[in-house]
Amino acid sequence: MTTGNGFAVRADRVSRHYEMGTALIRAVDGVTLEIRAGEFVALLGSSGSGKSTLLNLMAGLDRPSGGAIFANGRNLSELSSLELARYRSRTVGMVFQSFNLLPRMTLEENVELPLRLAEVDRAERGARVQESLQRVRLEKRLGHRPSEMSGGEQQRAALARALVNRPTILFADEPTGNLDSATGETIMLLLKEIQQNLGMTIIMVTHERPLAERFADRIVALADGKLLSDGVKS
Amino acid sequence: MKASDLAELALRNLREAILRSSLTTLGVAVGVASLVAWLSLGIGLQSLATKRLSNSGLFDTVVVTQRRSLPSSRRQPAETSPAKDARPLDDDAKKDFEKLPNVVEVYSQIRFPTEVRFNGNPYSTIVAGIPASSQGNGSFDGMQGNFFSSPDADEAILQIEFARDLSSQPNSLIGKDVMLRYAERQALPPSTEGGAKGSDSTDDNAGGFSIVPREKTLHIVGIIETEPAAGFGGFGSGRLLIPQNVASTLRAAQVNDLRDAVRATSKKPVYASLTVRAKTPSMVEGIETAIKNMGFGTFSLLDATKNLRVFFTIFDMLLFIFGSLALAVATLGIINTLVMAILERRREIGILKALGAADRDVKQLFFVEAGVMGLLGGILGVGFGWLVGRAVTIGTNIYLKRQSLPSADVFSVPWWLVLSAIGIAVLVSLVAGLYPASRAARLNPVEALRYE
Repeated sequence: MTTGNGFAVRADRVSRHYEMGTALIRAVDGVTLEIRAGEFVALLGSSGSGKSTLLNLMAGLDRPSGGAIFANGRNLSELSSLELARYRSRTVGMVFQSFNLLPRMTLEENVELPLRLAEVDRAERGARVQESLQRVRLEKRLGHRPSEMSGGEQQRAALARALVNRPTILFADEPTGNLDSATGETIMLLLKEIQQNLGMTIIMVTHERPLAERFADRIVALADGKLLSDGVKS
Repeated sequence: MKASDLAELALRNLREAILRSSLTTLGVAVGVASLVAWLSLGIGLQSLATKRLSNSGLFDTVVVTQRRSLPSSRRQPAETSPAKDARPLDDDAKKDFEKLPNVVEVYSQIRFPTEVRFNGNPYSTIVAGIPASSQGNGSFDGMQGNFFSSPDADEAILQIEFARDLSSQPNSLIGKDVMLRYAERQALPPSTEGGAKGSDSTDDNAGGFSIVPREKTLHIVGIIETEPAAGFGGFGSGRLLIPQNVASTLRAAQVNDLRDAVRATSKKPVYASLTVRAKTPSMVEGIETAIKNMGFGTFSLLDATKNLRVFFTIFDMLLFIFGSLALAVATLGIINTLVMAILERRREIGILKALGAADRDVKQLFFVEAGVMGLLGGILGVGFGWLVGRAVTIGTNIYLKRQSLPSADVFSVPWWLVLSAIGIAVLVSLVAGLYPASRAARLNPVEALRYE
């Protein structure tokens, strides 16, 4: 799904400011960015550059202080809390650095959770969970809890959970940050495979330039909340 | 989120924090148990008092007399006389009373002195007629032997004190016979000046009566510990009880026959008074009004029953307040548990929101958890409350037995109390969950995800 003119997400002079005591923190400051459907975009920057904040704004987890973000044909900042929740549920998939699987649930239950929230019929859920787990090659670990899985497996499980509602945009916040380089590479290959096979838009936050250069179609660099560069790889 | 998923997730969350959830649920259970125990005590005592008073025959009866004119000056005798235009209290009136709705029975009080012969020895006592309706009103609960086999049976029930006069082993009297020697009224031909009357109209003594000694053999069928009553001046002083119909056919002379004989106002026989028994005390008012409208004087303890109801309403209210205090403490426990759960599950709430949970979903999840704790606590609490009630009843009855008093059920847990207590527990839990649920729903997902 696009915002029109082939864009999956469009940020228009978007800002996110925080007040900390008397100081005003400009985490994102007037960023304008257009991401086309099916693109694999890496948001690159050092710690505190505003890349995760921008990702949260585009994923509908946070609301901008100024400007607008268009996704799914609508301005996210004008959506009600319920509409924003539906956007996160049906349009967006999220992968985090620390996996964020629910430790009390099995792999199957973790992956099924977004289907429950989206009120998908119970009869359909089993097949959807299977499909998702097969895509990340974890279909044989259904009954395992996160604590019984390696870091790489946990991130693959998180990826399966992000894909189970068949989103059009996948947001990944430092997906390899907690993994060794070999496992990180496996995850990146998996992301690339998903982008190519499903035509999904992937927006990934990373501070590792080599990883971004190797896998992303486009690298958007941020520093101090501002857009530093926006380059499409040749 | 669908209701079934919501319930599943809520139960899972409660299971995962089983110790804390159980303790909170137990807190609710103790609160509900306290509420149920106190209210059951109030209801039980009210029921016991009502039953005992109802058995006394004081609250479900209306005593009907002929309307009398009040003395107009101090010089007149204190006793009143029938009003000149008063309708006579005769058999026609009795039949009219019997036709009134909710009237169980209409009877005249029959009580007369007599001599009883047993094993060749004479014993003086008072005989009282017992209407058939007395069997079902609880007066004869716990008696030795049986009630009369029929309303016309030549049978007798002895009051325990009288039975002890007859034998050192009162229970051995059941099945034996006693001889009753009494004075029978026999009607005289009417005089030219008008008729006299007796307190019992089954015989015609409008022209006065003579006294003839008679004997009657009665079979002893039961012995009663307490003194059963049936309205004002009922059977209280009767020590040998016989069926009302039998007492009526004996035509025995009664203590006020002489007074009534000289007060003749009608040629037809009339009653000095009639006792009208209602189905329940609450029906007394209607019956009393209807009888008054027929032109008779009435008396009942209606106001006393109203006061009794007011007293128990206030009593129950106070017990409810006492019982609710424990439930109020339990409410704080629920709030505490859920607020702690928010702190512990902050990150989980963030994850749920990131995956698409709406504020409403999060709120409902906490709400259902509170409701489930309330429901389980309510059910457990009713069980505990019932157990406390049983324990107190058993203890009370052991004490009453040692005091040689009849047993009593001081606790009563009616169905409406069971359902109300569970309902209150769920309601209170949901109210307690309001604040934590709203707080959880308002959490910012980005901040919640950062929480470690």
